[in-house]
Amino acid sequence: MIFTMAGTTPTSNANIGALSGLKLGKATRDAFGTALKDLGAEFPNVVTVDGDVGNSTRTEVFAKAFPERGFNVGIAESNMVGVAGGLAAAGKIPVVSSFAVFLLANAYDQIRMSVAYPGMNVKLVGSHAGISIGEDGASQMAIEDFAVAAALPGMTVICPADANSTKAAVRAMIEHKGPVYMRCGRIEVPEIYPADTKFEIGKANQVRDGKDLTIIATGLMVGIAIDAATLLAKDGITARVIDMHTIKPLDEAAIIKAATETGRIVVAEEHLMAGGLGSAVASVVVKNKPVPMEFVNVGDTYAESGDPAGLLQKYGLTAEAVVAAAKKVRSR
Amino acid sequence: MTAATPAMTIDQLKDAAKAIRRLIIKITTEAGSGHPSSSLSAVEVVTALYFGGFMRHSKANPRDPKRDRFILSKGHAVPVLYSALCHAGYYTFEEIMTLRKLGSPFEGHPNMKRLDTMEASTGSLGQGLSLGLGQALACRLDGLDAHTYVMMGDGEMGEGQVWEAIAAAAKYKTGNLTAIVDQNGYQQTGSTHQVLDLTPFAPKFEAFGWHTQTINGNSQEEVVAALTAARKITDRPTAIISQTKKGFGILPVLETTGDLNYHGKPLSKELAEKALALLA
Ligand SMILES: Cc1ncc(C[n+]2csc(CCOP(=O)(O)OP(=O)(O)O)c2C)c(N)n1
Ligand SMILES: [Mg+2]
Repeated sequence: MIFTMAGTTPTSNANIGALSGLKLGKATRDAFGTALKDLGAEFPNVVTVDGDVGNSTRTEVFAKAFPERGFNVGIAESNMVGVAGGLAAAGKIPVVSSFAVFLLANAYDQIRMSVAYPGMNVKLVGSHAGISIGEDGASQMAIEDFAVAAALPGMTVICPADANSTKAAVRAMIEHKGPVYMRCGRIEVPEIYPADTKFEIGKANQVRDGKDLTIIATGLMVGIAIDAATLLAKDGITARVIDMHTIKPLDEAAIIKAATETGRIVVAEEHLMAGGLGSAVASVVVKNKPVPMEFVNVGDTYAESGDPAGLLQKYGLTAEAVVAAAKKVRSR
Repeated sequence: MTAATPAMTIDQLKDAAKAIRRLIIKITTEAGSGHPSSSLSAVEVVTALYFGGFMRHSKANPRDPKRDRFILSKGHAVPVLYSALCHAGYYTFEEIMTLRKLGSPFEGHPNMKRLDTMEASTGSLGQGLSLGLGQALACRLDGLDAHTYVMMGDGEMGEGQVWEAIAAAAKYKTGNLTAIVDQNGYQQTGSTHQVLDLTPFAPKFEAFGWHTQTINGNSQEEVVAALTAARKITDRPTAIISQTKKGFGILPVLETTGDLNYHGKPLSKELAEKALALLA
């Protein structure tokens, strides 16, 4: 076997938002860990259940502050979720976390039977979602988490875009009664919201206004969508950008309004095409106000090891890709 | 028949182990991420398998049905495998130096679709022993004299699936299956004693019906003796509880960092130089 590198220069963050003057902030997983610790005193029923990766998901920040309320069951995700189901049945508010892929894929039956079906008040937090985790490769990348989590009746699915909205989302998630899945990412993302921002489950945020099309994005793709809007503006195209931080229940009103007012929609997400935000938005559009749509996502493939910026480039999750989709949807 | 490379003497194996350790340090430091300490604890076992006359495997036909199999269930330790295969001439140094870079088939965890020397795509812990049992059952059905080795981490043993596979392998008396537990005493968030203590391992395997040996897995002599003995057990699966040190070979360097687990991080260039000097 002969293999040589075609001269790449790895970079750890993708400089998202720089084009639009956004400042790079903390990773959403970091914001999650700190926010959870900050709520620990106010919500004495909150406990964490970890599977030997609390130092990656950042629940260790909470567990260090409240040692008797942090459980680490070892590398055993099915048991971890089952234990959370029991804790919830006894009135606790367990926050269960692992890499999103191990949490959802390894413990799916337990999430279904011990959490979703009985409607347990369990908060599932998956860190290291998406391909932007980088060098660890496809085995550690959740790119199907929206699909499998949202498929469960009664499950709320959220994906905050920056550190400040993550902080608000953690409170909203804890105050919400019932099962929630929250996706977090590994790399630093730009600051989109002010420190005192609120997070209302099921209510999308318009982060840029425009009239020529709407880009509906979630998570890391919100910053990229804002960059795309900045680029489009140079060509005289104004794009509305919506942060669809709640994948389920979806803000149908915001989608219908966007379809009606801008007539074109692009959906951008760090997820597979199948079962993601794009499919969910499309079903609302088709039913209520059919307009041309384009999709920017990982498609139907596993990614690979590589630096986050290079991966986002290779798998088409860039401002340029969103711009191309915007131009395409306008030409239809 | 694919043959094992002629067995090296113990002294030759020790030299090979040192060379493999140097490669592990070099490629993970170059990558800027990865799991060198998890790789280093496993070096004596992997070296013995590939250079001690155990693995019948050929570069010309890596997917030969008659080959012996090695499944690295603790897939994050794959630098040890890439380095051993490089030392055996499967890959060049330049090739494995692309570890974890975009486009490289030497990914952060084994990817059997991109490298025909990888027997499983691992990285989600807990799945390798089931895959190894499947291989062992298939080889037996096909009348092949092929042995399957599976290496797991001691933290990985927390996964319930591992124990399901242990029970099933005992049921099917797969004498052509050897499990190796790399008992290095640490997992990601601390020592296994703090996080989830599953020791002692041997009595647990024995209770399921396995043959077991507990050895110092960083002693090349003990590893070769245990693998030799394991090959002679044909009426049931065997487990080698390989008691090791995470980061073995460069422990004095890790001591200076105050972190003897050193999980999931590469050495800085300075530390790597110190480590390479130790392994000179
Ligand atoms: C199912 C699953 N859960 C969690 C992880 C994250 N993880 C990677 S390595 C590791 C620790 C492994 O410890 P051990 O098995 O003892 O291997 P060592 O690194 O000590 O050799 C963890 C928790 C994973 N890869 N797979
Ligand atoms: Mg270990």
